Amino acid sequence: MAGKFLLEVVTPEKQLLSQQVDEVIAPGSEGEFGVLPGHCHFLSTLRIGELRYRVDSQTHSMAILWGFAEVTPTKVTIMAEIAEQAEDIDVERATAKVAEAERRLQAGGLPSEVKDAQISLEKARLRKKIAERTKKTGHA
Amino acid sequence: MPSLQSLRRKIAAFKNTQKITKAMKMVAAAKLKRSQDRILAARPYAHKMRGVLSNLSQRVNRSAHPLLQKREVKKIEVLVITSDRGLCGGFNGNIARKSAEFVRQCEAQGLTVGLSIVGRKGRDYFRRRSWPIRQEWTGVFDKLSFEHALDIGGDLTDNFVKGSFDELHVVYNEFKSAIQQRVIVEKLFPVDAATEFSAAPAEGVASGAYLYEPDEAVLLSALVPKHFQVQAYRILLESAAAEHGARMAAMDGATRNAGQLIKKVTLYYNKTRQTAITKELMDIVGGAEALK
Repeated sequence: MAGKFLLEVVTPEKQLLSQQVDEVIAPGSEGEFGVLPGHCHFLSTLRIGELRYRVDSQTHSMAILWGFAEVTPTKVTIMAEIAEQAEDIDVERATAKVAEAERRLQAGGLPSEVKDAQISLEKARLRKKIAERTKKTGHA
Repeated sequence: MPSLQSLRRKIAAFKNTQKITKAMKMVAAAKLKRSQDRILAARPYAHKMRGVLSNLSQRVNRSAHPLLQKREVKKIEVLVITSDRGLCGGFNGNIARKSAEFVRQCEAQGLTVGLSIVGRKGRDYFRRRSWPIRQEWTGVFDKLSFEHALDIGGDLTDNFVKGSFDELHVVYNEFKSAIQQRVIVEKLFPVDAATEFSAAPAEGVASGAYLYEPDEAVLLSALVPKHFQVQAYRILLESAAAEHGARMAAMDGATRNAGQLIKKVTLYYNKTRQTAITKELMDIVGGAEALK
């Protein structure tokens, strides 16, 4: 294997990560894709999902809510609207959000409201999932 | 010689002014801190975005997206970013002068120039000179958010697509440090292939092969408008931070000047007072001497 490559995660709020990693698995809009060193040039949109990256034998994960990924043989740049490290997610808050989104979805309303609720439910579930797993294993 | 009372009043007035400028300086410093954090956090994202797009624009067919089209330049638009409030030193003056100069240069080349203005100060400047203003936004900086960038970016992209102008330039203050701003003229539309921010533009161009997912058109239609919103947001943040920096420096100077004035007038006041006392004493001594 050609060693490590650079993973950078930026959001409009801040630069979240800039690190040498061994492997990245990102939630592309048309399915997850994995990146190893020496990947060909690739540009993709991202959907709501989990970004996993491996440094040596440790796997870390991160919640990504939309964005773009640019892949070059030596570097992966993730530009996400919102991104959160698994360690930073508050499980209780995430759980509360899931409940709230479900309630909103039940309540119905205009199509746009329903869609909003669906999206926030998806976001909240993702956060919850990642956060709970992180808690269980002790590390990300 | 001014009376003692009028001198006392003068000193009091200077002291009041100094209090105000000092307070303004503190407020500006607090706001500067906040807006500085925001711009420093937003920069990497905006620059990455720009790198990706300029990389991309070398590879894709420019006609694939209306915002990437290069047309023959006849009409250009200048977006001038100023502040809503004054009392910030040369901040607005520099911008106004630079943009007026830029507009004249373009007109000298036979181009038609339109003006879009952000900020009350810039609007007033160009209105006083009765230059036509195509579009203006004021009150943006009170509560700067991404919404404003959407609004401004949206309007400009629409007009570019409609063909109201063929090139867009932005004149704004870049935030260099708390006490330094730099006036920048930057071309936003259409995107140029190589810019100073593009991350290693040569790399990958040679290899040619580039995969897109979803296909090129869908990707571009998501990426390109986003890019302009992000750039608009970054520019607004730059300007906001620069404004607070400029105000802080200006108010710091004003506070110091007021302090100097107070010192000078106080000295003069004391001298005058002493002279008056001496005179009175001499009168008394003179009177006593006469009685002997």
